[in-house]
Amino acid sequence: MSTDNLVEARQVRKHFGRLEVLKGINLNVARGEVTCLLGPSGSGKSTFLRCINHLEKIDGGELLVDGQHVGYQRKGNKLYELSDSRISRHRADIGMVFQRFNLFPHLTALENITLAPTKVLKQSSSVVGARALALLERVGLADKAGSYPSQLSGGQQQRVAIARALCMEPKLLLFDEPTSALDPELVGDVLDVMKSLANDGMTMIVVTHEIGFAREVADTAYFMDHGVIVESGKPQDVLVNPQTDRLREFLRQVL
Amino acid sequence: MSSEVPEGVHSTAPSTTTANSDETSSSGEVSSLKVVPLRSPVRYVSWALAAIVVAMFVHTLFSTTTRFGQDGMQPRFEWHIVFQYLFDRVFVYGAIVTVILTATSMIVGVAIGIGLAAMRLSKFGVFRVSAALYVWFFRGTPVWTQLIFWVNLAYLYPIISVGLPFGSTWHSWSMSGFETNFFLVAIIALGLNEGAYMAEIVRGGILVVDHGQVEAASSLGMRRALAFRRIILPQAMRSIIPPTGNETISMLKTTSLVAPALGAISILGITTGDINEAAVNILSRNYHTIPVLMVAALWYLFLTSVLSIVQYFIERHYGRGFVSTSHRRERRSLRTALEESPR
Repeated sequence: MSTDNLVEARQVRKHFGRLEVLKGINLNVARGEVTCLLGPSGSGKSTFLRCINHLEKIDGGELLVDGQHVGYQRKGNKLYELSDSRISRHRADIGMVFQRFNLFPHLTALENITLAPTKVLKQSSSVVGARALALLERVGLADKAGSYPSQLSGGQQQRVAIARALCMEPKLLLFDEPTSALDPELVGDVLDVMKSLANDGMTMIVVTHEIGFAREVADTAYFMDHGVIVESGKPQDVLVNPQTDRLREFLRQVL
Repeated sequence: MSSEVPEGVHSTAPSTTTANSDETSSSGEVSSLKVVPLRSPVRYVSWALAAIVVAMFVHTLFSTTTRFGQDGMQPRFEWHIVFQYLFDRVFVYGAIVTVILTATSMIVGVAIGIGLAAMRLSKFGVFRVSAALYVWFFRGTPVWTQLIFWVNLAYLYPIISVGLPFGSTWHSWSMSGFETNFFLVAIIALGLNEGAYMAEIVRGGILVVDHGQVEAASSLGMRRALAFRRIILPQAMRSIIPPTGNETISMLKTTSLVAPALGAISILGITTGDINEAAVNILSRNYHTIPVLMVAALWYLFLTSVLSIVQYFIERHYGRGFVSTSHRRERRSLRTALEESPR
């Protein structure tokens, strides 16, 4: 399956008990593109993001990353869930950055970054170590390699988390509200790192409330509400000239 | 707009507004103000009272007293007998037995506990149910009973065979000899029993770890087993260690059940009992009940103290990276910062 799309979602459905949180999501992400998912809380945007690397299982439709189902194998008309080890192999290609950072508190910044490449990808520790230090340098934290997460500010922790995801050399990076838990003055540093990644051609899907970032960096913006995509398109169009009352209302509240 | 400056926050800039404007007249004094913490006289009085009570108690330890049926003053505690037996070979060997039994039983118990806890949290029902049944059985029956059952295993199951269920046998082992190997029986009985308690301690520790840690590990492509070993367990250790210290100290004394239940144990070519058995043997011969039991108590206290020190270092190891370990240091640095800042 040769396509320019790195991520393809077709009619993705998901429910928690009786609550339907995704009601048929269609979305394509081209290689090297930055996609922003916007929407009020409870609109399903984070759930959709977590479906992409199989942290949540989908209940219908299909979701492909690089032409492969994530966590499933298609045989005929059915998707069979894969074993833990095969799902893990899929996930290793997809980086994720969380709202609450989720750094490993018992490991230093450097150990946080090097653990998965050495243990999962089985790369030599000298190669990984050099790459990790270069990544720390890139996110502006070269002097924090030996610090534990508890000794870092929120913004620094999130930048370590980004470096941790990057060290796996993923083909796709998922950001789940990466700046929502940060103090306002720390947001800028994290967004700067994300912008430089975007400029380098990293394929990114970003769930965010930062309208300014979406307008400046995103190639495509999606506005979700109640489990459906309400509007989508170039952020300059969608976010400047909203077509629906729902998005107009949302933008008024956020801005 | 800053009409409400919090109390105790003094800016070095003299012109800022303060609630009481008469205090701000002399700016030089404000910058050299020193914070004096509250020192209640209760602190000193309570220490003095405690010192008096301790002194009175220590005095009773070494003073003499009258006894019914005996003339004159007698030493209350017969310390000369205590020192006579304190380093007696029987007690030294007893201490070795107690330590070896405790250490091996705890190693078995912790290993079983971690395995059972992982089973309790497994996605496979058969693991969850069998682990729960194990814990139910081994917590629900007395250790004494379990010791007696294990030593009688060879009578209940003289031959253990591997083969098809109700069909042909591939290999058999005779259990003869097991009923007299008290050391092995003791480790199995105490270890399996301890495993049930450790399982719940480990499970509790795992439940404390934030679920985001599992998600972060998964998103990095770690398999469940790897995430459990490298991410979950090291963090769970923080809450597992203190109750495990309790269990170890408790085990130290539980091992005193082995000798009465089974008999003397052969370790390092010497057949002997544990600390408590040593005390019972000696006092049954000389009837110096209190001093001989005091020797046993001192040995147990000594071993418990050593374990507490070991526990302190293990806790410090697994506490690295967590705020609580540097809490003391932070509090100190905060205090010095407060004392030194406006200079």
